[in-house]
Amino acid sequence: MTAKTLFAGALLLALTGTASAQTLTIATVNNGDMIRMQGLSDQFTEETGIELNWVVLEENTLRQNVTTDIATNGGQYDIMTIGTYEAPIWAKQGWLKPLDTLSADANYDVDDILPAIRGGLSLDGKLYAAPFYGESSFIMYRTDLMEKAGLTMPDAPTWEFIGEAARAMTDRANDINGICLRGKAGWGENMAFLTAMSNSFGARWFDENWQPQFNTPQWKETLDTYLSLMADAGPAGASSNGFNENLTLFQQGKCGMWIDATVAASFVTNPNDSTVADKVGFAQAPDTGLGKRGNWLWAWSLAIPASSQNAEAAEQFIGWATSKDYLATVAEAEGWANVPPGTRTSLYENPDYQAAAPFAAMTLASIDSADPTAPTVDPVPYTGVQFVAIPEFAGIGTNVGQLFSAALAGQMSADDALAQAQEATTRDMTRAGYIK
Amino acid sequence: MARRVPVQTRIGFTILAWAIALLLFSPILWTLVTAFKTEAEAIASPPTFLPQTWTLDNFGAVQDRSDYVKHATNSIIVSVGSTLLGLLIAIPAAWSMAFAPSKRTKDILMWMLSTKMMPAVGVLIPIYLIFRDLRLLDTVHGLTLIMTLINLPIIIWMLYTYFKEIPVDILEAARMDGAELWNEIRHVLVPMAVPGIASTLLLNVILAWNEAFWTITLTSGRAGTLTAFISSFSSPQGLFLAKLSAASLLAIAPILLLGWFSQKQLVRGLTFGAVK
Repeated sequence: MTAKTLFAGALLLALTGTASAQTLTIATVNNGDMIRMQGLSDQFTEETGIELNWVVLEENTLRQNVTTDIATNGGQYDIMTIGTYEAPIWAKQGWLKPLDTLSADANYDVDDILPAIRGGLSLDGKLYAAPFYGESSFIMYRTDLMEKAGLTMPDAPTWEFIGEAARAMTDRANDINGICLRGKAGWGENMAFLTAMSNSFGARWFDENWQPQFNTPQWKETLDTYLSLMADAGPAGASSNGFNENLTLFQQGKCGMWIDATVAASFVTNPNDSTVADKVGFAQAPDTGLGKRGNWLWAWSLAIPASSQNAEAAEQFIGWATSKDYLATVAEAEGWANVPPGTRTSLYENPDYQAAAPFAAMTLASIDSADPTAPTVDPVPYTGVQFVAIPEFAGIGTNVGQLFSAALAGQMSADDALAQAQEATTRDMTRAGYIK
Repeated sequence: MARRVPVQTRIGFTILAWAIALLLFSPILWTLVTAFKTEAEAIASPPTFLPQTWTLDNFGAVQDRSDYVKHATNSIIVSVGSTLLGLLIAIPAAWSMAFAPSKRTKDILMWMLSTKMMPAVGVLIPIYLIFRDLRLLDTVHGLTLIMTLINLPIIIWMLYTYFKEIPVDILEAARMDGAELWNEIRHVLVPMAVPGIASTLLLNVILAWNEAFWTITLTSGRAGTLTAFISSFSSPQGLFLAKLSAASLLAIAPILLLGWFSQKQLVRGLTFGAVK
């Protein structure tokens, strides 16, 4: 009786529910550039009559919600914000609609998108997500401390130089750490940094047969270099530091160098938040002369789930939000420094942008030097610079991240961490069927 | 007559009680002070307890970015609506279990409780599919329905324990006087059980208000409640703790006030049946 009544009630309620036709539901994360787009999107509605319904979620919640919706063909979202990790995986699953109309639109000029970013968002030559803003990582350093240490930062330093400089800049009495690096465990936290770093040491996650490589001398050298650098010149409690923690340390003048996302450049040079705004220099991420640098590549991008009922309008919106005109709109409203970076070649050729963003040239050089389709010195069966673009990586990467974070905290030796990482990754990859 | 308790013991217990209460309250207190700090201070290490400069900027920023009133309205509709709907089903159900039990009543009660033992994510995909097909995704009435179903076992259990306390003789007397079933429930049982029903109502409003898993998963903007509102203030890059605290404070304020004004009812409701 109860069940019947409930069902009848549900049906009744369902019948009264209405769905309006031209409203796009957009799922996105909370960051400055996205919030700005939300503010400017009234213009799009005025031009096209298409209403927008914004859903802002925490990054991991967004991933969970969007995955549930896509996997069940729920159709709650018309546009979703995804990264370079998800784009190729989801495209392969048939979860995303290719952006064919945009790619063919001469006005949109798809060839203007930075090649590295475009490569990371494509599968078999088709674009599945349009980049809204892109980033790499580079070195931000204190020009005054570097000078005091009697050193000059080259545009493209080696890890050896970084080690020397970090130790020379460290001044424990005055609470200045030579270098601040990520230590908080997570595939997108410390492992983003360490995987990118390992590329420059010639290490790789897997060989061509998907065999984990943590037992190789290259990984040992990567982890040893990282741990000794952090022991000699890193901040206390570094194993709980992520992007935000290091940002604060740097802004408070407690770091000589910081290697992290290029998007941080605008934060550390903003005099409202940063006590060292006028003393920051930039350089490319370090290398060891093997041909790869320790920088990553990421792009928050807009994609259309295959379940969307409004795909045409959705592509129209993506075209608006990732166009050259949008960049000009932001520049007009809020100045060139606030334009979402890292997506289009034309932006970096724009003299107004170059003047407003002193870090522009170095950002472009960093993005250009990261190649998600050939991230390592030796060949690998995967794409992705600071991640491995397979669905299992989020879990595996976080496991390994916890081991390396524990090594940084002094709870285990580097050798133990590597041995356990090798064992755990071999087990997970065998279970997932990559290793027979 | 009350037992005599030595002064030292009484002081000891008082201190202990205060310590535990403060410990439980500390996260809310921390949220409260953080909401008035600047973003840089919120993340400062070592942390400051009281803000060096009190600021209301975070509340302004939260209001600029999101629509508090819309989310709060959804929260009110869902929590109150689901509780009332639940009571409508639960009062007759609890009546029959308390006053006309069958051999299987205990089993049914246990079975209902057992539905609360499975983690919600275990039924996520089936529920999501049903909601998709009934077009209930991202609707306030869909959310009200799921919240009713989730809390129904608790409502029935609470009412059942209340009703058991009411002497069956009174109901029988009403029956002798010729009261029909509906009149018996409506004019005799319900008035006597008002305190119990009230505390059930309050507790379930609070439970539905705080529910986050379903409200975030089944909505995408239009039907979002305050838990979805809070969730939107966490950020992958950039500082957000102070704004997140401000949003949390705005979200819990109404329910905190409700709890404050009704704490007598709540405590009575939760301890009812403990003294038999």
